Amino acid sequence: MDNRNCFHCGDPCDDDTILYQDKAFCCNGCKTVYEIFDSNDLKYYYDLQSAAGSTPKLMPGKFDFLENTEIAEQLIEFNDGKHQIINLFIPTIHCSSCIWVLENLHKLAPGVVQSQVDFPQKTLRISFVATVISLKEIAELLAKIGYEPTISLADSDVKKNRDDKKIIYQLGVAGFGFGNIMFLSFPEYFDVNEFWLEQYKILFRWLMFAFSVPVVFYAGKDYLISAYKGIRSRYLNIDVPIALGILVLFLRSTLEISFDWGSGFFDSLSGLIFFLLLGKYFQKRTYSFLSFERDYKSYFPVAVTRILQDGKEEVAQVNDVNKGDRLLIRHGELIPVDGVLKGGAAEIDYSFVTGEARPVHVELGEKIFAGGKQLGGPFEMVADKKVSQSYLTQLWSHSVFGENSESKFKSLTDSIGKRFTYAVLSIAMIASLYWMFTDPEKVWNVFTAVLIIACPCAIALAAPFTLGNMLRIFGRKKFYLKDVSVIEKMAGINTAIFDKTGTLTTRKHDQILYEGSQLTTEEKSLLKSTLRASNHPLSRSLYTLLKEHNIMSLDQYEEFIGQGLYGSKGDANIKIGAASFVDNCNENSPGTAEVHLSTNAEYKGRFVLESQYRHGISQLMSELTKELDVAVLSGDHDGERNRLEALLPGLTPMYFDQSPQDKLFFVKELQDSGKRVMMVGDGLNDAGALAQSDVGIALAEDINVFSPACDGILDASKFEHLSSYLHASKKAMGIIRLSFVLSLLYNLVGLYFAVTGQLQPVIAAILMPLSSISIVAFTTVTTNWIGRKIR
Amino acid sequence: MSVIYVLLTISIVVAVIFFVAFIHSVRSGQYEDSYTPSVRILFEDELIRPKKNTTDQSVPISSKTSTKSKQI
Repeated sequence: MDNRNCFHCGDPCDDDTILYQDKAFCCNGCKTVYEIFDSNDLKYYYDLQSAAGSTPKLMPGKFDFLENTEIAEQLIEFNDGKHQIINLFIPTIHCSSCIWVLENLHKLAPGVVQSQVDFPQKTLRISFVATVISLKEIAELLAKIGYEPTISLADSDVKKNRDDKKIIYQLGVAGFGFGNIMFLSFPEYFDVNEFWLEQYKILFRWLMFAFSVPVVFYAGKDYLISAYKGIRSRYLNIDVPIALGILVLFLRSTLEISFDWGSGFFDSLSGLIFFLLLGKYFQKRTYSFLSFERDYKSYFPVAVTRILQDGKEEVAQVNDVNKGDRLLIRHGELIPVDGVLKGGAAEIDYSFVTGEARPVHVELGEKIFAGGKQLGGPFEMVADKKVSQSYLTQLWSHSVFGENSESKFKSLTDSIGKRFTYAVLSIAMIASLYWMFTDPEKVWNVFTAVLIIACPCAIALAAPFTLGNMLRIFGRKKFYLKDVSVIEKMAGINTAIFDKTGTLTTRKHDQILYEGSQLTTEEKSLLKSTLRASNHPLSRSLYTLLKEHNIMSLDQYEEFIGQGLYGSKGDANIKIGAASFVDNCNENSPGTAEVHLSTNAEYKGRFVLESQYRHGISQLMSELTKELDVAVLSGDHDGERNRLEALLPGLTPMYFDQSPQDKLFFVKELQDSGKRVMMVGDGLNDAGALAQSDVGIALAEDINVFSPACDGILDASKFEHLSSYLHASKKAMGIIRLSFVLSLLYNLVGLYFAVTGQLQPVIAAILMPLSSISIVAFTTVTTNWIGRKIR
Repeated sequence: MSVIYVLLTISIVVAVIFFVAFIHSVRSGQYEDSYTPSVRILFEDELIRPKKNTTDQSVPISSKTSTKSKQI
């Protein structure tokens, strides 16, 4: 184990390494977790996977709201007064060590009876004795060992219904029927005219019929219903020819065995439905731990601290906050409602709401908007609206969040389905007409045979298997899509719009520029020591960016909130902060984050911190402009225009000072002029545009933290490869088209037998699974080949 | 009665037994999380070791941490 890396979390240790039991830790939090595990015989945690832990972030009082019985009741699933069961979402679950330690929670907390991890969902189900340990204590314990549960408003709403079990049942029924029917129809395949076969074939056939009834009317009912709905709304989707094939197969087979004309096609029928369901199941399995439907509710906290008239504090549900309530917002908390600052100092980071990168200092009596994050100390505010009426949450009342975007989109398979149905019906008609004049007895046989053999099973399988596999490949590359239709939409876009803050830039300030007179070594050391004491985000980033210097203890240190820092050592003193604070008549130039400094009342100069653009965006943009219209839409002011112009290909349109609504309307206007738009954004301010666009992709530094409602979540480290994902989705559509050609070839062979009136059940039983399996194999191999080329 | 009826009955009964077992497995939630059990089964052997050493101490240890957590 490398000594330079933290034994608990694996992060590189900086100069302030803590040594404990000969092991290095990067911070006190990690060391505490190790101590807890060590003293409770849970050290096996580190044997399972080295450096598995995550650094705990303790925020005192964060889980106080769980003491409020009203809130707790909404979260707890089962409660008989003594035993309680709760399901907690823990985003940091990521390895087998996590599962092990969380399932051994009872060793750490006496009241816990049992805890069970659901790894794909990243949830922990805990049953505990409420009289021994409270919900709040459990949450705090989890946070202390680095597994902080995420509890949000969305959790307290209705639980997700588990509809996906139905497809498993259907698949089971179809597989059960398919296997048994195959088994029973085996003797007839070989057509041996043995005595016992002749004697019992009636029994065998009716048994097959009995097995096929649940397959058609339970497992296959979704296709029948979907086709019925399609015909009623005068829209021929791919399910129409499928349902036609299923029904004709079933009716013809039933008639055949009733009048002893033949053995029927029950084997092909159940096999067809089984394969179709398999495709459906394959494309349905997505990322259950990610949520693509989040609205502001999952971003907001569940509860806030309300100050009562008599000065007491109480925990109140966010939904219960009314106009006129006094609220206490602590460091790091989100502001849940619009209001006015009444006490304390507010230093608010609105970057998530507006895209504005710089924290805003708010004076007493000024307005504060919901969605901001407090960076300074605690303050008091008075709410002047209810939560649902805030500026930010109003965006969600826009119609774009209400309508179902699925209905607007017509997939390639469905558009083929229409032509296919017409083609099949006309071939069946022509063939029947021909036979009507040559051999009228065969008309019924030929007509049904055409409908059976042309059943577009392979066509219906091509898209689910190609796109389902592509979805998984993208997932391995850290690009998570909501469902398979997004790939199809991605292949068709012709306009890409990017947000600036947090999307083109990283969230951190990474570049630093010093303008002014040279500093001496003592001054530099004093500067670094003063910055070290401050928690302001600018001081933190400046501190980490400055080179190593001796850290000394200061004689005097003072922080003036919203203005700057003052530090002194011996007879040297330093002032760091805003221009007005550092006795400089210069005003802050707008659009940049600046830190001025003066030593011994003499102005020295300023540090300009620039937000860093993501790696490789120039190249990505020039690749994209070859094929798409690209534009930048930012909620920030245009201070960065020049830098952006240098980075992006010439003539890229840029729009600044865009409100969330502006962004939404911008996308809508483009769509009205016939463009198919992809929006790439990260924050709540992009939420409207993400929902309105054809493909909305949210960029996330950490995919587990909140991202707005979208079609796909892209890990920020993969941003520069975005164009290769677009290429891959175009190629995937190419594969689907090739598969269509392939399956049409099979259909032509089958149609030859059908039209000439020689379709035997055994031919159908070979041809239909063969075409399905070869399509599945073809799409799987080719998508994997494409996937290997994606970086 | 012909032996074929016996054979058919047996084969269908066996098939139905498996079908019922399948329904039961879905209903009891075995298809909801198909990953965690595969990891969990590997813990079992290792788990016994620490348990054996500490069975007599387990009560005081857990009470120690609960007091610790209050201090922090």
